[in-house]
Amino acid sequence: MKYVDEFRAGDLAEKLARQIASEASADRTYHFMEFCGGHTHAIFRYGVQDLMPENVHFVHGPGCPVCVLPVRRLDDAVELAEKHGAILCSYGDMMRVPGTKQRSLIKAKADGADIRMVYSTLDALKIARDNPDRQVVFFAIGFETTTPPTAVAIKQAEAEGLENFSVFCNHVLTPPAIGHILDSDDFAPGGPAKIDGFLGPSHVSAVIGSKPYEAAAEKYQKPVVIAGFEPLDVMQSVLMLIRQVNEGRAEVENEYTRVVTREGNRKAQALTGEVLELRESFEWRGLGSVPHSALRIRDAYAFFDAEKRFTVSEKQSRETKSCECPAILRGVKKPTDCKLFGTVCTPENPMGSCMVSSEGACAAYWTYGRFRDPARQKADAA
Amino acid sequence: MNMVDKGVSIRAGSVDMTHGGGGRAMAELIADLFQRHLGNPILAQGNDGALLEPQNGRLVMSTDGHVISPLFFPGGDIGSLSVHGTLNDVAMTGARPLYLTAGFILEEGFPLADLERIVMSMARAAKEAGVPIVTGDTKVVEKGKGDGVFITTTGLGVVPDGVHVSVECAKPGQAVLLSGSIGDHGVAILSKRESLEFETEIRSDSAALHGMVAAMVEAVPGIAVLRDPTRGGLAATLNEIARTANVGMMLDEAMIPMKPDVAAACELLGLDPLYVANEGKLVCLCDAGDADVLLEVMRAHPLGGDAARIGTVIDDDVNLIQMKTGFGGTRVVDWLAGEQLPRIC
Repeated sequence: MKYVDEFRAGDLAEKLARQIASEASADRTYHFMEFCGGHTHAIFRYGVQDLMPENVHFVHGPGCPVCVLPVRRLDDAVELAEKHGAILCSYGDMMRVPGTKQRSLIKAKADGADIRMVYSTLDALKIARDNPDRQVVFFAIGFETTTPPTAVAIKQAEAEGLENFSVFCNHVLTPPAIGHILDSDDFAPGGPAKIDGFLGPSHVSAVIGSKPYEAAAEKYQKPVVIAGFEPLDVMQSVLMLIRQVNEGRAEVENEYTRVVTREGNRKAQALTGEVLELRESFEWRGLGSVPHSALRIRDAYAFFDAEKRFTVSEKQSRETKSCECPAILRGVKKPTDCKLFGTVCTPENPMGSCMVSSEGACAAYWTYGRFRDPARQKADAA
Repeated sequence: MNMVDKGVSIRAGSVDMTHGGGGRAMAELIADLFQRHLGNPILAQGNDGALLEPQNGRLVMSTDGHVISPLFFPGGDIGSLSVHGTLNDVAMTGARPLYLTAGFILEEGFPLADLERIVMSMARAAKEAGVPIVTGDTKVVEKGKGDGVFITTTGLGVVPDGVHVSVECAKPGQAVLLSGSIGDHGVAILSKRESLEFETEIRSDSAALHGMVAAMVEAVPGIAVLRDPTRGGLAATLNEIARTANVGMMLDEAMIPMKPDVAAACELLGLDPLYVANEGKLVCLCDAGDADVLLEVMRAHPLGGDAARIGTVIDDDVNLIQMKTGFGGTRVVDWLAGEQLPRIC
């Protein structure tokens, strides 16, 4: 497949692996957090870890959109479908994420709620058009990548006078989350977690550009390399991070120049800004309350805001006991550090969100990586 | 009622509850539609059960329910699929299929013209395969309690002497062969799904494999395992074999045939083609020394032109399917968690 195979070529990977091995200093370790689930997926899917020297480690970050959504918001979405009788339109990944008492959208659907999997906001708009006597709610989740389509859908609904359409907005922002992780005690000197640099988001950066990471790189003195999602992108970016670390630099570099610019997609940014605005604070699964880290619908478009159209009840939403998703999302623990991993929590029966999405650290580790556990653990211990 | 009237009523009519009620309407539907198209001497016996001739050899029986949506798709429809699917299940024991049965569950309101198109397609598939549909059943459910039409077919076959194809015969060291490109059926179905329609040249690979299987068991009677990788794709099939036979496998990603259109569609939709359904491909495990002979036989058959050796059976207590990626790393090809594509066969 043209424009894809070029970025998955085995011979180039081999060359890059040799280069990385020769430049990685043998007397230290390198811990790089890949923020995005897309990178986590690529690392496991192509076996990138196999091509790394033993002192280069990936720390899986919180950039899996369905993983960071707090249980409470998921419970609210279920309620919109169950109690308010709305047709709830959701991206597929969200369907199996367990809410309180393991109740997921797919279970609610089986119990009779009208929940539909959509591939895009266009599908949700079509469902609203086709069902004029029903309320149709789009369950909007994701980082800056999925935000512009939500803004467009709201504008489109307004233009068409689609009065039965609304959006349950849960969009979150990447740069505040990176800052929040580095501010936490986990990453303080002597803390349990180590990060020497970041593989920066690829699709998110296509929208917001590379500029928003510059403040964090400077403030926390951590290099950031914006990396594409193909495996060669990941390897090239690792090499760039190693060079920065070795040279004592902490800059934002852009490996993904074929898509990302410093300024990003200004049209998308303008559209998003017109329809959505910053929330004071938003709860993240794993990170807790993070200031200015999420978006809500502006008052001018309040008519399409499901949170204003429907009243959801107060509820006691709860994570599964002993699920380590929060610590795994912060990069403090590995999936194998969780007591539930692979015992009661498997992709067939996920207890926590990280086991659901193929971008989740636990699911990726289970599906693609667990067979190399013993060898890797030995290497880690050595 | 003359023949012209019948034609008109099928073209304009739809299924109603009387078609399953046991009365005249049901008898007419059976005569005008099912017997007319599927007719053969055994079906024409008109008994509740089909009387069959005695057979020499071990009998094989398999049954399969078909609930596919959409009913018509590029490269086939629920009718041809329900014939191919069951013939293939019978053939995967190395058997020669002899007879089929068909049970229809029709939803009230389903257009009779569509039903006729489906039955004609079944008739064509059965005729091409040389296997008659010898008995059947029709039930009607109220509107909203079905999805147009569901078809369950059962197949009966006989295994040639000296052939013992069974999953427990999988042993470390054997070669893993695949008869052709993966994912064609699943992608063809997806391309016609409501809300997901996209333009593609890909057609379902739905086909009856027993002809190729006959040539294979004739060339190498000692074939260990045959499976058609349908629901859950190649990955699910290999995992089933590995778990049942308590072995593992090491695959070579570069050797797995895939059409560029299928790869592109999967890339776009975020699907892993290893988990996408096939309806006209088979996986074969055989002694490594027989691999080349079998590949030659498969490639000489119209349905096996792209046959390839994709891996090796290995000793593994935890029954993992591993794969050397084209990138140079290794990954696990695990069971599918949940459903990647709902209801595609």
